[in-house]
Amino acid sequence: MIETAPARRSLWQRQRWLTLRRSSQLAILGLFLIGPWFDIWWAKGNLAASLWFDTIPLTDPMIVVQSFVALGEVTATALVGAVLVAGFYVMVGGRVFCSWVCPVNIITDAAHWTRQRLRIPPGWRPHPALRMWLLAMCVATSAWTGTIVWELVNPVTLVQRGIVFGLGFGWIIIASIFLFDVVVSRRGWCGHLCPVGAFYGILGVASPVRIAAVAREACSDCGDCFEVCPEPQVITPALRGVDQSTRVIVARDCTNCGRCIDVCPDEVFRFAWRYGAEPTVATPERTNKPS
Amino acid sequence: MSNGNKLPRSSEHSAERRRFIAGTAQAAGSVSLVGLLLASYGEQARTHPVAALRPPGAIDEQDFLGACVRCGLCVRDCPFDTLRLARFGESMATGTPYFIARDVPCEMCTDIPCAAACPTDALSKSLTDIGDADMGVAVVTGTDTCYSITGVAHCTACYFACPIKNEAITMEMKQENGKVFFVPTVHREHCTGCGKCEKDCILPEAAIKVLPRDLVSHDSGAHID
Ligand code: SF4
Ligand code: SF4
Ligand code: SF4
Ligand code: SF4
Repeated sequence: MIETAPARRSLWQRQRWLTLRRSSQLAILGLFLIGPWFDIWWAKGNLAASLWFDTIPLTDPMIVVQSFVALGEVTATALVGAVLVAGFYVMVGGRVFCSWVCPVNIITDAAHWTRQRLRIPPGWRPHPALRMWLLAMCVATSAWTGTIVWELVNPVTLVQRGIVFGLGFGWIIIASIFLFDVVVSRRGWCGHLCPVGAFYGILGVASPVRIAAVAREACSDCGDCFEVCPEPQVITPALRGVDQSTRVIVARDCTNCGRCIDVCPDEVFRFAWRYGAEPTVATPERTNKPS
Repeated sequence: MSNGNKLPRSSEHSAERRRFIAGTAQAAGSVSLVGLLLASYGEQARTHPVAALRPPGAIDEQDFLGACVRCGLCVRDCPFDTLRLARFGESMATGTPYFIARDVPCEMCTDIPCAAACPTDALSKSLTDIGDADMGVAVVTGTDTCYSITGVAHCTACYFACPIKNEAITMEMKQENGKVFFVPTVHREHCTGCGKCEKDCILPEAAIKVLPRDLVSHDSGAHID
């Protein structure tokens, strides 16, 4: 009654980016599965490296970096694959990998949802730089041992490879991450530890596709965006900034998931282009595409 | 007055610095710990079960674990479903390809599609003749069970299974107490370790097994042609 809420937003408006994102994650998984399931080999391999339509190689750049420091050489195929993948994320946002591709994100989002339902307090808050240190450790240990170290335990490839090639005891990793995020630390794995996310974050440090708090004056301080954001610290400068400070969320940790756009009742956020003119409310049209 | 103001501020400052240093040291310590655990886990994964054979063209195990990106493209292009990727929990590096000869041996494809599919140098493209492959070496381990050797029957299953019979394996005639035996005999310089013989051995526990070459011969596994 008291609230001066804007016109009620439709279910689609409230779930749009989440729906698109889940569809993307499942579609990518599906493309790897139609081979073994239906003998349609558009994609062969897994997220570590793959071959598309029997011609285009894709390779995870983080694995290539580890292999390079381990052996001092990589093949042209692996390098081309890594450059293609890295180039894509440099443009659209490094952690787009996290919110639009990585299968673990589905697990950690589920954990977050569970934790909220059960009203579990935030728990352990690791050092903000910890994931970077872990990433550095992966590279250093690979160089030291001459092997691709993170791939021994990497939940990202482990889960996806497990689904495509057979899981074995990989479910233990899935369960551990889920429990860790529910019980030990809020957004613990993806928000604080995962070195793969940290690596992709670095790739997207200057990416032009960003979320912006274009209509930040309309913010009614409900806090829904902070509640839903996997990396809430990235929102503050853009949303709470005044005057000339940029409305664009420039922090590399932002995953471009668009969940803030979905949940904001005041329609403060939208996808924007980082460079050039400051994105403003002038175009509050909610049909902008993330490209 | 100014002194009074300064003191608490600087002690607050140094307390903050101590906290910062402690936090950083803690993070660095835990990260190093994780690194050490990973390194030792990797060391363990390096010695995998002897029954697990790498695909043809696989480079030296140490380098293999630095080169193989665990993509499974070799697995996909093997027409005989010989290869599989190690699952988490198996006692070898997660995601790396192997085969168990007794389950599905390598059929020694002349075009070596597995190695051709490999995007890295884990399976070396310098292997062009599958006859030069060195996945292991067959050894007659069941000298007390092999039907041919014990004279129960003139079996020859392993001999006929071998894609390069008469080179890699022969049945050597042996006479004892007026009885004639034919003894399966592997010629290590020609054996590729494909495992066809092990697969076809008619005994419940194969009397001929493919073992890693360095376990069998001590002259560094040089492959003589
Ligand atoms: S942080 Fe790691 S596990 Fe989480 S979504 Fe990103 S890559 Fe996946
Ligand atoms: S040579 Fe042929 S049968 Fe043997 S592992 Fe390679 S693809 Fe499979
Ligand atoms: S194709 Fe090469 S890199 Fe991929 S799993 Fe097989 S050996 Fe490893
Ligand atoms: S002796 Fe056995 S392992 Fe060796 S090449 Fe012949 S069948 Fe293959």
